Amino acid sequence: MSLVIVDTSCANLSSVKFAFERLGVQPVISADATVIRNAGKVVLPGVGTAKAAMRNLRQLELVDTLSSLEQPVLGICLGMQLLTEWSAEGDVDCLGLIPARTVALESQGRPLPHMGWNTVNEAGHNPLLRGIQAPAYCYFVHSYAVAPDITTIATTDYGQRFASMIRSKNYFGAQFHPERSGAVGAQILKNFMELSDADTRA
Amino acid sequence: MLARRIIPCLDVRDGQVVKGVQFRNHEIIGDIEPLAERYALAGADELVFYDITASSDSRVVDKSWVERIARRIDIPFTVAGGISSIEQARELLAMGADKISVNSPALRDPDLINRLVDEFGQQCIVIGIDSFFDAESGRYLVYQFTGDESKSQRTRYETAEWLQQVIERGAGEIVLNCMNQDGVRQGYDIEQLKAMRAICPVPLIASGGAGNADHFEQVFRQANVDGALAASVFHKNTVVIAELKAQLHAAGIAIRQDQNAPAQVK
Repeated sequence: MSLVIVDTSCANLSSVKFAFERLGVQPVISADATVIRNAGKVVLPGVGTAKAAMRNLRQLELVDTLSSLEQPVLGICLGMQLLTEWSAEGDVDCLGLIPARTVALESQGRPLPHMGWNTVNEAGHNPLLRGIQAPAYCYFVHSYAVAPDITTIATTDYGQRFASMIRSKNYFGAQFHPERSGAVGAQILKNFMELSDADTRA
Repeated sequence: MLARRIIPCLDVRDGQVVKGVQFRNHEIIGDIEPLAERYALAGADELVFYDITASSDSRVVDKSWVERIARRIDIPFTVAGGISSIEQARELLAMGADKISVNSPALRDPDLINRLVDEFGQQCIVIGIDSFFDAESGRYLVYQFTGDESKSQRTRYETAEWLQQVIERGAGEIVLNCMNQDGVRQGYDIEQLKAMRAICPVPLIASGGAGNADHFEQVFRQANVDGALAASVFHKNTVVIAELKAQLHAAGIAIRQDQNAPAQVK
């Protein structure tokens, strides 16, 4: 099954690529619309700010492509936030593929960014957490977050409860970095590669 | 609950891991990659690779191993050592480093912090601070070029003053190395870390002084730091990470103990 990692012109695509390679998958890194459309699975990574990342996606003319995909798509960290409708980070409209909004994390005095290993709790049907004993620790680095709502499939607490995984149809998002989350993260990426048609229709 | 982080630090010189006592007389511990993988498998939450010679010799950290580490381990890691430009940082991040840590070059050119944060985001910019307690004046003073004893020198900054400045400039995390304690294994500098914690709204990592598991428990409990960094106690197996984590967990400190087996390759 072919995997394309969308080249969003942000640094740090390597660690996502290496994580899949450790699972025996050979990902293609591309910003080419045709390559992305023809992929079996698509990963949307992202570091930096929502505003800069959305600007890059527009410049690369990838907004329509990313919005019309039918195969499983996984947004990681900022990539997950880009799948939502809007981000408070720069007050920017995002891709709007998952009906949720990204807001500043209210940590109630705890250090920010929220950095380190925190527990991910399953919420509802979450095929990406198959075979994982939840709550499970995953690695987070972020200052903005999605508030829990109907699209939430996992939650995490840091001053407030936020959505650490979200999903709408074939679009999935993880606020943490599965590529840097040890055995748990590797299992999540493996589960993503093994998603069935039934999983993405559910 | 956010777990406290246990962070082995691998001081790198000429492609090997070394450790000195109070930054002197570096002894060779071993090769980088096997040690990195060993720590990842043993339960380390994060790794720091610090080229201790880079800043003082005006050369950049040898980078070829960064990508090899990124390919091999599945926990976050930071690279430090002589990073003084956007281009150097970009290359390290592109090879798979999660964060870069800047120390002496930021003291020379504080605006470097702003430029790095603007370019790559706060989340991957760590500032390392080497702080020496001067008993005579009773003040905490920032030192630079500490990788080489002959070049190590004090700066014009007091530690609290520099800490506040780097935070204003956008640093995403602070590693505070308490030089008086480094390598002597008498425990972290709780008093200093407590004082800096009170004025540090970003994650704070304690460094310098770990000699046994109780020292970790003390620094988390008393100084409320986000993570504790250590080198020799891990390299010499004086502290075994799994046992340390079991002790911290039993003491009621939030810690990651992974019950999930590694994913199998199909």
